[in-house]
Amino acid sequence: MRRTISLTVNGVSRDLNVEPRTLLVHALREQLDLTGTHVGCDTTQCGACTVHLDGRAVKSCNVLAVQAEGRDVRTIEGMGTPDALHPLQTAFWEKHGLQCGFCTPGMIMTAADLLSSNPAPSEAEIRHAFQGNLCRCTGYQKIVEAVQAAAAQR
Amino acid sequence: MATLFGSGIRRREDPRLLTGTGLFTDDLKLAGMTYMVVVRSPYAHATVRRIDKAAAAAAPGVLAVFTSADLTGIGTVLCAWNVPDSDLKVPAHPLLAAERVRYVGDGVAIVIADSPEAARDAAELVDVDYDPLPAVVDPEKATRSDAPTLHADVPGNVAFTWTVAGGDADAAFAAAPVKVDLRIVQQRLLPTAMEPRAAVASHNAATGQLTLWTTSQNPHIHRFLASVTLGVPEHKVRVISPDVGGGFGSKIPCYADELLASFAAMRVGRPVRWTEDRSENYKATIHGRDHIEYVEMCGNGDGTITGLRTRVFAGLGAYASTAAPGVPTILHGLMYSGSYRIPNIHGVVKGVYTTTTPVDAYRGAGRPEATFLVERLVDTFARAVGLDPADVRRRNLITKDEMPYTVATGITYDSGDYHTAFDKALAAIGYDAFRAEQAKAREQGRYVGIGLSTYTEICGLGPSQVAGAVGFGGGLYESAIVRVYPTGVVRVYIGTRPHGQGEETTFAQIVADEFGVPIENVEVVAGDTESTPQGWGTYGSRTTAVGGSAVVLAARKVKEKARKLAAHLLEAGEDDVEWQDGAFRVKGSPAQSKSFADVALMANVAWNMPAGLEPGLEASAFFDPSNFVYPYGTHISTVEVDIETGAVSVLRYVCVDDCGPHINPMIVEGQVHGGVIQGIGEALQEMAVYTDDGQLLTGTMMDYAVPKASQMPRIESHFTYTASPVNPLGVKGIGEAGTIASVACIANAVCDALAPFGIRHIDKPLTPARVWAAIQQAGGGAR
Repeated sequence: MRRTISLTVNGVSRDLNVEPRTLLVHALREQLDLTGTHVGCDTTQCGACTVHLDGRAVKSCNVLAVQAEGRDVRTIEGMGTPDALHPLQTAFWEKHGLQCGFCTPGMIMTAADLLSSNPAPSEAEIRHAFQGNLCRCTGYQKIVEAVQAAAAQR
Repeated sequence: MATLFGSGIRRREDPRLLTGTGLFTDDLKLAGMTYMVVVRSPYAHATVRRIDKAAAAAAPGVLAVFTSADLTGIGTVLCAWNVPDSDLKVPAHPLLAAERVRYVGDGVAIVIADSPEAARDAAELVDVDYDPLPAVVDPEKATRSDAPTLHADVPGNVAFTWTVAGGDADAAFAAAPVKVDLRIVQQRLLPTAMEPRAAVASHNAATGQLTLWTTSQNPHIHRFLASVTLGVPEHKVRVISPDVGGGFGSKIPCYADELLASFAAMRVGRPVRWTEDRSENYKATIHGRDHIEYVEMCGNGDGTITGLRTRVFAGLGAYASTAAPGVPTILHGLMYSGSYRIPNIHGVVKGVYTTTTPVDAYRGAGRPEATFLVERLVDTFARAVGLDPADVRRRNLITKDEMPYTVATGITYDSGDYHTAFDKALAAIGYDAFRAEQAKAREQGRYVGIGLSTYTEICGLGPSQVAGAVGFGGGLYESAIVRVYPTGVVRVYIGTRPHGQGEETTFAQIVADEFGVPIENVEVVAGDTESTPQGWGTYGSRTTAVGGSAVVLAARKVKEKARKLAAHLLEAGEDDVEWQDGAFRVKGSPAQSKSFADVALMANVAWNMPAGLEPGLEASAFFDPSNFVYPYGTHISTVEVDIETGAVSVLRYVCVDDCGPHINPMIVEGQVHGGVIQGIGEALQEMAVYTDDGQLLTGTMMDYAVPKASQMPRIESHFTYTASPVNPLGVKGIGEAGTIASVACIANAVCDALAPFGIRHIDKPLTPARVWAAIQQAGGGAR
């Protein structure tokens, strides 16, 4: 029943052998060791597993790995490295947009999608964009400030 | 030279967390890894007639299926806070239920398989024959004679009855011209750390070493308790708490699951990984709050408060979790005086077992409940005497001249200037102007309100002697090792386990300042019991006040030794060498100097040590505070209630907090923001709901209303700075303040908005449905 799929992950072509029921997030974490994408719920609420699929933010717990066949996946590991941070990563760092850091990869992926379609969002638009991303630590205010700071730099 | 203390520098833990290269427990992969799934009871209360594991054991990929019958030689889940003078009864809490399950989520079996999928599939095949029994979820009803009994050795389900008393409350109430009372429900909450709990256990049969990676706020406590329960000598247990994705108290307790993973690793001979999913987290990880409270306040017509009485039913869930008995007693009842002079206090707290998930410390842990009842009573009392709630508060606040102040419950507040914080908050929100606007709004049929809440919290837990006296099963000191390498770089090993609070940064700030070295040269290490000294963990807003103090003491020991060596190297008398401008210098001839790095090298190579001085440059320190610390402040919010829908909008939220001096103001503000939003969630939307037969209706994130960005206001955060005299940093702790103050602050604002309807109190969470119903009942808003 297992199937082999081909997809691009962070710019690299990968072949994966997965069960039909395997979720994209589990394929990324368990098979590709891309453990920056986190699992915080089982009902698509928390957004910790957010990745980009063909450039748009999706919750990788709500995508079957086989649905990613032939598609382009970008995870937090493909955004920037500690030595060369993505501007959103820098902004989250400077504005203290993270505490425990568990939701952070998903927040950054969602924010990147927002800024790609709306380069200068209002505070209300930023808050609305995080409708599907939960943070229990920060109270969101510094996350909002981080996105505003990143937007201002574009 | 500029100091780092007080500087809002970027956090050093962030680069790894921002790039997805941190290490959370579930990220870990070991060779030969196996996977555990816990089979959990779907019934709140049932007799287990039979468990048939044959089909599961025969399923593909399955290595073992264990039930309670297999746990020979294994102990129970331990309760570690045996509150004295309370007739505490702690029934046995087996790792897997044997003949009886007592809550939905109680474990009955574990399946170990070579993939997560195989383990999950096989868990479905474990056939358990249950015979359901009556459930009871309400802690007050559970004490009635017709309630089902959970534990044969706990008649009436009452775990303990604890009393706090000071002055003569009955006499005060008998004499007082004004008395008010409320029935308050502190609804059950789900802590919801974004990272679920997880464990990876690995056992080396040849050495007998057990290594347990786990989501822990206090790895040394987990080592201690795992050792006792599993019968593995403590020095053969290594607990590693890697990056932890939030805790809020829920990662303090020692649970069955992590111990079961350890047991399975020993039995199967391969590493075992277990990670709960969110639905499992909501059933199997501790809940918070769950009080039903009958509370009263009395006083005089001039607004002077003279007494407070409480009668509290505190739900503990099915078993006594690790710290559970101490939360609604020591951390709650001792705080009944709030920020006020209340000379006569009497409280009785009954801890009650119910057929629900165990309840334990959740952010604030007992103190939000205390602050809520005190602050709701103050508003109710103010309304009864016809005075402004701000005036009543000002009249009764403890003054700074009275500090240190011993309240009627017997504890002594270390320091504080409550009136200054209070007045600053009133000024920041524009209290008088808002009252004028409110009067106008009411004429226009708009319902706006303003809510005040002062708070004083007991933090920086605490003197170990007091810990022992109140039955806490451990010490409450903290520890640090400061180790300087030959090149002058420094590692700081700490006994606490920060998990989002930023001490990898703030503790490095302290040490870099002390040694005059760049912060890049200082690394803070936490979480691994193999390398870190004995500590008691991160909770109770204690990490900086107690753990940070241990760090500064260890650093000062190192520096003192370095000074001695510097004097020797400079051929000067010890008293003639001083630390100035980032180096040891000879007094009067500052050009003659040794940098910290120079001394570090010479100490480590030990070519030229003075007589009596050991080689090397490191020190450990243990700090045991002389008292708790008592952060305080005033929070004020304004709200508007839409009386057609009952929806509450927070218009402004202003807070003034005093946690002493700030090491890193950016981090302090972040702690306030997060705490306040968690409290607003409690006030307006969060509630764990059980059916009467014990099914958890809010069993997923679809049903439990964690605050979202779009629902929450901006926080206007201000501070005053009053140093604590009880630790060398003067710091007090800020992790829980926001949650402690904000719940009553919002509830008071909503009740103030609805005062024209005569509405005195609405049970939280103040959802639109509840607010609307209260307005309807009061005869308002009808169309």
